[in-house]
Amino acid sequence: MEIPYTVEAHPETGLNNGKIGIWLFLTSEVMLFGALFATFIMLRLGSDGQWAHMQEEAELNIPLATINTIVLIASSLTMVMAWASLMRGQLGRFKLFGWATVGCGGIFLVIKYFEYTAKFAHDHFPSSNTYLAIYFTMTGLHALHVIGGMAWNAYFTGPGSKLFHTNRQWLTDRVEHSGLFWHFVDLVWIFLFPVFYLL
Amino acid sequence: MAEPVHASPAHEEHHHEQSFWRKYIFSTDHKVIGVQYAVTGLAFLLFGFGLMMVMRWQLAYPDTPIPWLGSLLGENRVGANGSMLPDFYNELGAMHGTIMVFLGVVPLAVGGFGNFVMPLQLGAPDMAFPRINMISYWCLFMGGVTMFGSFFLPNGAAGNGWTSYSPLADTALNGQTAWLIGMIFLITSSLLGAINFITTAIQLRAPGMTWMRLPFFCWAQIVTAFLLLLAFPPLEAAGVLQLMDRVASTSFFIPEGLVIGGEVAEFSGGGSPLLWQHLFWFLAHPEVYVLILPAMGIVAEVIANNSRKPLWGYRSMVYSLIFLGFMSFIVWAHHMFITGMGSVMSTFFQTTTMIISIPSVIILSALFISLWGGSIRFNTAMLFALGFLPMFGIGGLTGLPLGLSAADIPLHDTYYVIGHFHYVVAPGTLFALFAGVYYWFPKVTGRKMNEFLGKLHFWPSLVFMNGVFFPMMIQGLNGVSRRLADGGITYDFAGEVAGLNRMMSVSAWCLAVAQIPFIINFFMSIRNGKKAGRNPWNSTTVEWLAPSPAPHGNFDQPIEVVRGPYEYSVPGSDKDYVPQAEPAST
Amino acid sequence: MSDHADLDKTVRTYILVFVALMVGTLVTVLAAELDVSVPLAITIGLFIATVKASLVACFFMHLIDEKRVIYWALALTGAFLVALVALPLLTSVIDQLGHFTSGGGAEPH
Repeated sequence: MEIPYTVEAHPETGLNNGKIGIWLFLTSEVMLFGALFATFIMLRLGSDGQWAHMQEEAELNIPLATINTIVLIASSLTMVMAWASLMRGQLGRFKLFGWATVGCGGIFLVIKYFEYTAKFAHDHFPSSNTYLAIYFTMTGLHALHVIGGMAWNAYFTGPGSKLFHTNRQWLTDRVEHSGLFWHFVDLVWIFLFPVFYLL
Repeated sequence: MAEPVHASPAHEEHHHEQSFWRKYIFSTDHKVIGVQYAVTGLAFLLFGFGLMMVMRWQLAYPDTPIPWLGSLLGENRVGANGSMLPDFYNELGAMHGTIMVFLGVVPLAVGGFGNFVMPLQLGAPDMAFPRINMISYWCLFMGGVTMFGSFFLPNGAAGNGWTSYSPLADTALNGQTAWLIGMIFLITSSLLGAINFITTAIQLRAPGMTWMRLPFFCWAQIVTAFLLLLAFPPLEAAGVLQLMDRVASTSFFIPEGLVIGGEVAEFSGGGSPLLWQHLFWFLAHPEVYVLILPAMGIVAEVIANNSRKPLWGYRSMVYSLIFLGFMSFIVWAHHMFITGMGSVMSTFFQTTTMIISIPSVIILSALFISLWGGSIRFNTAMLFALGFLPMFGIGGLTGLPLGLSAADIPLHDTYYVIGHFHYVVAPGTLFALFAGVYYWFPKVTGRKMNEFLGKLHFWPSLVFMNGVFFPMMIQGLNGVSRRLADGGITYDFAGEVAGLNRMMSVSAWCLAVAQIPFIINFFMSIRNGKKAGRNPWNSTTVEWLAPSPAPHGNFDQPIEVVRGPYEYSVPGSDKDYVPQAEPAST
Repeated sequence: MSDHADLDKTVRTYILVFVALMVGTLVTVLAAELDVSVPLAITIGLFIATVKASLVACFFMHLIDEKRVIYWALALTGAFLVALVALPLLTSVIDQLGHFTSGGGAEPH
């Protein structure tokens, strides 16, 4: 049995099912991270002026985080390039950009790992104060999203790309949808970076 | 440039016979998944009810040995003489609430009825994402296993109320961590389900099924899905934060200098206990509407069908529903009036609360007016739907004083609150769900349920439901606090109304007995019920055009919708109902 | 579907957006070095972040040219997000103001 509008667009909405599904998923993600940002604001305002002190004490590594920002933005570029390659029907270029995206995600996680271990080495734990607590929670949850996005992209770049030969349009759409998730993860980091490291 | 659609490998296997596992256990058919949800929900409703019956023993006969169960519960839960310890009472209370809400009503109302009925009413072959639908059920199952399993932890299951307020829940030694993990499963399940429901409703409506031809039940499911989609993530965030507080000793919800048992707790402090309440109620108020809207949807279907009349004010009902869903996001702090949020914000939230009562009243009034002048068929489904109306009415009206901060402050945390929301959810929502079971049972199994046993189920249930919940209002107005492990017997003010506890408990146990006809009827009718054709109730909506039981893919004929959902007793028509879609072949 | 010429243009846009995001990142880091008051620093930082996020959303996520259903879903989410962030905040802020405005009528905290 075929589900209608899996690939072709619905005449009224102009969209296929997957596009609506992924955007609905992203709205729930907006509310998830929105709640955490709300928590951040409440904790910061409720800190009796201790926030700057806690932030200074934590000594987050700004250069590493800047590199990570660049890596993640670059991965967003390779993601859209991967999609554009599929639109042109270039499987080889798609795979190149696809793996580059996954690779950038990997570099991001490795750098994040070094940041975390450096904090732990200086006895900075989530339990130390509320600043570190929300820092570890939000960046940790973000890192989980990076891992999820990597897995998703790796599947479509690797085994999932066989679909290219049977239903190219479907593969292109699926890559677009996983790209939407990946850009969202990038977008969250664009806020996390200044909020935790710079302000 | 677009290439022709090819069957994906996952779909090809439907052409040949499926294995038992693919057909009944890991099925992607929305009807099988709906039945899985419904059976899971019904089982957990029974289990949650069981917890309550044990609690009611302690309330009726404080500190007397629990019959039969006393020796089975272990020394953590019962004292030397076999009577209930307060911690066990708390455990029962918290898990009763959690199970009834998240594992009982939601899976049955949304997962069960929504999954089974909505695609059929839309004229769709299945949900938009059948595999995600399957994953959604199994997430719920894992959540259920986690919650159920937490009873066997060394310190028992969570016992901090279903609201899990911090800092108590952050520091409690019981199964709160398991509760949080279970909740994350349940939230994931609901999110996946909500995405599926909304996409299905937007994309897979049959040709001609415009938005204003949608049965009211589908509207209720769509609004419910939006509530789940947008209100659940903040609770997921809060759950993660509380998990961090418990596992990584962070202080998100722990204030400076918290003292536990006379000693300053080893936390850095700096968190906000109120933040948990905000994030919790941001979900939990919309959750109330998640419990009630599908019920209203079911009742609307049953009433239109059995009064043989179109729903009165269909459009106003739909707009009310949408408005209600929207408003439900900005009323949550009426659960927090006693936290001292200041008169400005209290005024804001009591105003929005008063406003949200208007659409509920519109819907309820429209349902009442729909009965006017109808030639009503009093079958079991209709009896339960009719029972819903006044019971939900009592629940709703008793809620008004709680929405006003001045009246709420003395009433908060008394049995009045318990009475109020149980009227909404137990004789309210549960009656509607029973109506739904009786009404759609023929579509699921191809057979009707027994009417005599159904009536034997309804009338005692109606009497004993009121026997359980009405005295709570009286107790609450006398100031008896909720969550007292002895039902308030040791407090002076409870003196004259404490005796009602025994009446309520006996009613609760009789209510259990009244469910036996339902259970017998349910299982007996699967095999021995009267055979039902495609449309046993002479109904207009599209689900009745499919065979009963419907095959994978649902319809054996193309569906084209040509008119509104409730064309009953149309003047000049040869029969008293005109189906929403005429089969293309006739 | 866009043909090849359109696609070339899209790819050029992607690269421009990427460059703009890089510049934005650099500006954020440099602006944080400025010696300004905390509220101003937060305003500048969040402004740049919002611009960057809008670029990602509009061009990489194609929101600049999307269908109505998706705009509706996002508008709804935006409204509830504002409620989620603003109302708890207001309850804690107005609580303190209440002592001045309502002449001690506010509940003790």
